[in-house]
Amino acid sequence: MMTGKDRYLLEVSGLKKYFEVGKKKTLKAVDEVSFYIRKGETLGVVGESGCGKTTCGRTCIGLYEKTDGQVLYRGEDVHQMKGEKRRQFTKQAQIIFQDPYASLDPKMKVSEIIAEGIRAHELAGSEAEIKKRVEELLVTVGLDGSYGTRYVHEFSGGQRQRIGIARALAVEPEFIVCDEPISALDVSIQAQIVNLLEKLKKEKGLTYMFIAHDLSMVKHISDRVMVMYLGKIMEITTSENLYNKPEHPYTKALLSAIPIPDPHVEEKKVRIRMAGEIPSPFNPPSGCRFQNRCPYAVEKCRMEEPALTQIEEEHFAACHRCGEF
Amino acid sequence: MDTILKVENLSVLFRTYAGEVQAVRNISFEIEEGNVTAIVGESGCGKSVTSKSIMGLINKPGIVSKESKIFFQDENILEYTEKQWENYRGQGCSMVFQDALTALNPTMNIGKQITEKILVHKKVPKKEAWQEGIRMLELVGIPNAAMRMKQYPHEFSGGMRQRVMIAIALTLNPKLLIADEPTTALDVTIQADILEMMKDIQKTHGMTIILITHDLGIVANFAQNIIVMYAGKVVEKGSSEDIFYRPAHPYTEALLRAVPRLDVSEETLETIEGAPPNMAKPPIGCPFAARCKKKLPVCEQKFPEKAELTKGHEVCCWLQKGDR
Repeated sequence: MMTGKDRYLLEVSGLKKYFEVGKKKTLKAVDEVSFYIRKGETLGVVGESGCGKTTCGRTCIGLYEKTDGQVLYRGEDVHQMKGEKRRQFTKQAQIIFQDPYASLDPKMKVSEIIAEGIRAHELAGSEAEIKKRVEELLVTVGLDGSYGTRYVHEFSGGQRQRIGIARALAVEPEFIVCDEPISALDVSIQAQIVNLLEKLKKEKGLTYMFIAHDLSMVKHISDRVMVMYLGKIMEITTSENLYNKPEHPYTKALLSAIPIPDPHVEEKKVRIRMAGEIPSPFNPPSGCRFQNRCPYAVEKCRMEEPALTQIEEEHFAACHRCGEF
Repeated sequence: MDTILKVENLSVLFRTYAGEVQAVRNISFEIEEGNVTAIVGESGCGKSVTSKSIMGLINKPGIVSKESKIFFQDENILEYTEKQWENYRGQGCSMVFQDALTALNPTMNIGKQITEKILVHKKVPKKEAWQEGIRMLELVGIPNAAMRMKQYPHEFSGGMRQRVMIAIALTLNPKLLIADEPTTALDVTIQADILEMMKDIQKTHGMTIILITHDLGIVANFAQNIIVMYAGKVVEKGSSEDIFYRPAHPYTEALLRAVPRLDVSEETLETIEGAPPNMAKPPIGCPFAARCKKKLPVCEQKFPEKAELTKGHEVCCWLQKGDR
């Protein structure tokens, strides 16, 4: 095992991302979040809509300016990078977007979409080389090499997502943020895309930050999982721990809400109910952000915000009553 | 148990520039009264078109073929006059649409949208209709119902909007409720709440529900009967037990294995390679043959006849023909 700082590919500390909305209204999308991603691992990020998971992913690779805190990529501050360094970083870190219908330009040919990054980073010497590279990439993601001459509207959702993956892979990145890459797809196609991502990870030694709201898929693909709620981390631990011994009541509630395709198991499942719906992020509750929906909340939860504390090796949770149940 | 709805040889096609798209191809099934039946399949399998046919909502360029028959309590609804349709929609059968934001009118408050339906069907004073609306919102678990009646759709969250949709569908107490992917756009936690609420109402009112979904997970603890559709055909149908524990069609099996499960760890997910066929030119044989791992030579030449394995468990697959 590597020691010291260089064993983390991405290190995030105290990251805040606020959006100014209208007059004197601040949306705290990500509020003091700290975590790390090791080289070669997959970190899953889950939470309900509006919990800040996408904003967190985008801020980590510098698509958004941060409000406060720090994101270190191989020890370098992502938001301080300038010029050539910044250019190099965009080559190393890529993103696969959620909606394959909206994120690919309908007026560009597939080959142009994929070649854009290759050209920008001058990864190929000649036009012929670019063409060859695009064909290779299309084959890598399981499409026909000749598809480059077509337009995006000619493809199905699953195929579009493959094009999105080819686009991200074109610049030979080492870190990819996958922002809900499968939520717009059919069940049978979801498995294809997840298997493709896993295969690519093995072959190219990639590191993923996998954002999703589908916990069963996240469990399958991730080494570690981070649970977010209203811009904060609630729990972060290994995939096995999270599903076998979740500590945070929110994690438990999320897990118990997932339908299991087995009538006998479903029947016996006990649901942990949360009161109401996710509160407005403009006006988060005092103390623990989950306090007003938590079935176990006590006075302390309303007064004091719990810190993310270590429970065991690789297992952190932000709850005052951890270990009590 | 009585049959409330009987679909016989239903075919629906759409005349488009790309040719005739055969969305639903000669399907037949029955819905038992007081039960929840799920129609499961991927996008483009014809499940939504089937439900729209039952509601009489197929418009040009869609055509319901002449041979099709849909019996609702022994009356063929496809022969209904416009007046009969109006009665049937709302009192006989009601529908919850997938996307609550587009299905609700953004310029009308919620109260108006609920009472509109009551006022059209029943001759009651507006005040009474308003009270009924409040009662419906309370039934689907919306707090402060009286205040919420005056609000507009944009003031509701996604989950609350879907509850409003269900409340509208449930007014007039229809005998049959069709829920077309009612929870697809929602978070898992909200999804679980809404399903639980629907389950409760179904039990207390003894309503018949047709649940249309692509997610086998939400079906598991909800539906008694399941119909699996693929490329406009019913490929398998049976009780929930049959489909989950004794799937007979390779597509059903593959669909069950392609979903990762929280309670089981697997190394790689099994995939269904390829994509569903183009419905403008559907294959002559079994539509799943091109993606099927157990394909026989006959599969691509002829669509398999229905085979009944046990009572109520029917499958269309050549594999079941040979060895039984």
